[in-house]
Amino acid sequence: MTLSTRGIWDALADVEDPELPVAITDLGLVHSVTVEGLRVRVQLVPTFVGCPALDVIRERVRARLLRLAGVEHADVHFTYDEPWTLQRLTETARARLAAHGLSVPRARLAEPAECPFCGSTNTVLENPFGTTLCRAMYYCLDCRNPIERFRPPGDSLPAPDR
Amino acid sequence: MTGTWTGPDAPPAARDAHTRPALRALVLAAADDELILGHRHSEWTGFGPDIESDVALSSIAQEEMGHARVLYEQVAALDGVDIDRLAFGRSPQAFRNAVLLERPNGDWAFTIVRAWLYDQADAVRLAAIAASPLGTFAALARTLQREEKYHLLFSDAWLMRLTRSGPDGRARIQAAVEAAWPEALGIFEATPDVSVLVEAAMLAPAPEEQAARWDADVRARLAELGLDVPVANARTGGRAGRHTPDLAALLDEMTSVWRTDPSARW
Repeated sequence: MTLSTRGIWDALADVEDPELPVAITDLGLVHSVTVEGLRVRVQLVPTFVGCPALDVIRERVRARLLRLAGVEHADVHFTYDEPWTLQRLTETARARLAAHGLSVPRARLAEPAECPFCGSTNTVLENPFGTTLCRAMYYCLDCRNPIERFRPPGDSLPAPDR
Repeated sequence: MTGTWTGPDAPPAARDAHTRPALRALVLAAADDELILGHRHSEWTGFGPDIESDVALSSIAQEEMGHARVLYEQVAALDGVDIDRLAFGRSPQAFRNAVLLERPNGDWAFTIVRAWLYDQADAVRLAAIAASPLGTFAALARTLQREEKYHLLFSDAWLMRLTRSGPDGRARIQAAVEAAWPEALGIFEATPDVSVLVEAAMLAPAPEEQAARWDADVRARLAELGLDVPVANARTGGRAGRHTPDLAALLDEMTSVWRTDPSARW
């Protein structure tokens, strides 16, 4: 059986991020797929370099590739040649992150944060750091819930109000 | 991974045996800085003055260690050693971090001032590497820059908050600036043979120009906050492996688990 790049991408769509209920292909973590005979090479883009999920993702990708008929070697590496940005999220990822209760900025973290519970943008930044490296904490002044917001690397944001 | 240094896509500074040791030394010094400060920050976990700062500093610690790791991976690929051995298996004299970063945390004001002075220096250093013809290393610097931005945001916000909080906060910040200043100047101590990279036009601006840039950035902000800048000579040595006993104490604790079984896989 010959391997197609399309088939590899389909298989990678089975791999979920360990901290978010979203496929790595929808999160935009896959940079490139190359097939050379029985060897598959996959390059991944990290959101945050220090993310403890990176090793888990790499191992999950390797294991998934090796389950494909016709794959004998799987090289999985993270590349830093291209930055991860919010533009890499698919609409599916956005919908799943929203269903998970995370607020996701459209293009920039500096936009007003939208409350995932009531939809209000009457929100304040509490902490640019949160429960994982890719989240910041906000508070909704309307429904009075704390909010977790997806935080991309390298975006500017206003200083906390307090 | 050795492709980073010798492969067809490796930058000339990595492929050329004349410049390679200097590039390795530069990367190792940056990695050691991040690991040692990351460890100091992690000591605040559970002890931060409020929960937001606790979460923030713990996240920053995790990111600094992540940065150290990816930088150690470059050095380890060249040396053919395991990265844990680089991080945990070296004597204090083999570390190339700036001395400032090994100092105990002291009070919250010293922690913030030290973090801020370093974050400013790291920003200048990463900007230089990112703008230099260093291929993968420049790309990596650009990635780290995007994360470090948040660290500076955090330390700068606290610097301002404490300085404007009243006489006690201001006095503590001023005292911390005075205590940290000579060793902060030491962050820009030249790493071994870095002049070779500069002369080969592989790194610009040079460390002394980076130091001048940092000095201007830092002075402008301190002046804005009404803080005095001390007059002092740089206290150096870290880039040559001359450390204070604080580093040995830090390593003793940080490596204690690893030393129980250096061959264990985690």
